[in-house]
Amino acid sequence: MSCLVIADHDNRSLNAVTACVITAAKALGGDIHVLVAGTECQEAASQAAALEGVAQVLVADHGVYEHRLPETLAPLIRGLAADYEHILASAGTAGKNLMPRVAALLDVGQISDIVAVASANTFVRPIYAGNALATVESRDPIKIITVRTSAFEATPSGGSATMKNLDTVISQDKSTFVSENLSSSERPELAAASIVVSGGRGLGSAENFRLLESMADKLGAAIGASRAAVDAGYVGNDLQVGQTGKIVAPDLYIAVGISGAIQHLAGMKDSKVIVAINHDADAPIFQVADYGLVADLFEVLPEMEALL
Amino acid sequence: MKILVPIKRVVDANVKVRVAADNASVDLANVKMAMNPFCEIAVEEAVRLREKGLATEIVAVTVGDDKSQEQLRTAMALGADRSIWIEQASPVEPLAIAKLLQAVVAREAPDLVILGKQSIDGDNNQVGQMLAALCDMPQGTFAFKLDVANGKAVVSREIDGGEQVVSLTLPAVVTTDLRLNEPRYAKLPDIMKAKKKPIDHLTPEALGVTVTSSQTVLTVNEPSARKAGIRVNSAQELVDRLRNEARVIP
Repeated sequence: MSCLVIADHDNRSLNAVTACVITAAKALGGDIHVLVAGTECQEAASQAAALEGVAQVLVADHGVYEHRLPETLAPLIRGLAADYEHILASAGTAGKNLMPRVAALLDVGQISDIVAVASANTFVRPIYAGNALATVESRDPIKIITVRTSAFEATPSGGSATMKNLDTVISQDKSTFVSENLSSSERPELAAASIVVSGGRGLGSAENFRLLESMADKLGAAIGASRAAVDAGYVGNDLQVGQTGKIVAPDLYIAVGISGAIQHLAGMKDSKVIVAINHDADAPIFQVADYGLVADLFEVLPEMEALL
Repeated sequence: MKILVPIKRVVDANVKVRVAADNASVDLANVKMAMNPFCEIAVEEAVRLREKGLATEIVAVTVGDDKSQEQLRTAMALGADRSIWIEQASPVEPLAIAKLLQAVVAREAPDLVILGKQSIDGDNNQVGQMLAALCDMPQGTFAFKLDVANGKAVVSREIDGGEQVVSLTLPAVVTTDLRLNEPRYAKLPDIMKAKKKPIDHLTPEALGVTVTSSQTVLTVNEPSARKAGIRVNSAQELVDRLRNEARVIP
């Protein structure tokens, strides 16, 4: 029995979440292969080969895969599917965009956003913004799965997988990449950070978000935000934590000026330690906080920072 | 340009659902229902395209029981010209929904299919992408901006790390993200007019589709509850406890 993990990468390097998908794959038993499809992606492929437990890395290195468009990748993966019982990807935007297209081409269903593997055909996944957990059994001959990587530890390195180059070139002209605008930061990525400092509407402005930045710098933390803060333009959408944004489960999540709507909680309630700072004592966020401080964030933040 | 807008009736976004006592499902008795928020955004986007003179017809479609007609009436009050109700008791799996919609696409030949990226009950985020694959159409998912011109849909997408823009030849499937638009409220005169707009009542058989399922929900459980937290009284106390009690900061 073997499974195929679709790597998350930017050609130059493997995204840390791929190691979490491999941990989920290990729970299935069987050989683990990783597909790295991209352009000049040998570096990312080598990093995949070094992950413990990976038996083989399939490399599709060609100009057509540069932007990993689903219209191009889905047929490629369909062509490989006969060898596998499971195909997994992270439940980030790339995996969410791609995998249902793969499933439909294979005429099977998909199990999205799993948080646990119960058996080779049974998985646990959150529904209703994480207010319930469904244990789902799939009868499909091949299981297409996206993995909520915050629920799985990262597999360590230590592997030495074989590499196999794929010659398949898929062309299509219905979808064309136009441009990309990715934020670059020295900070850890939200999905993988062990500490997240997150701000909500209470911050009041983009300039005030700087208050969080200096605290995050001291803690080596990533910055997150509620939907309200993103909608108001204080920060970019890539920082949104919530039901339809990033799902995080760091060791420490500090929610500043965030009220704690159901949809926000869905994105962070599995954090190990939750701190809430809000001037409204009735804010729902306090119901999930391990430590709650009812105070004016503009007074408290500088005080906290001085102590760090 | 004809736009097809698939929509879904779901639990209202403000409801905190509870797991039913038998752990077989979520308790939906007497729970307030509404149009899925991402579907509202899809309807709004279609209406704005018509207001810009780019679309001539908007058709809403839903798969569900007879109560789903309420959401079709809402879609028509917001601007859909007519709608299609495919009668099928829930739950219907995403692939089955995609196959039913594929049959509707074959009948209606829309230039654009706009639907919500996910429904807030199942949180699957699959139907749009599956439909695109079945119809061999390109897909622009998680759209926060949509421009249509010269037979192409230019979709600006929210992705991990930032934004991406793709250009799709029509016909294409677009799925909506939160910031694509802010939906309007239906005005009373339009709600009244919508009662006269047609709802085409179809069945899977009429569409030549057999609805199948390949997944079984074995149990539904509450997530494990967090231990109750404490209130601290100062920044000093907070940092102290984080450092020495929780040990999550150096």
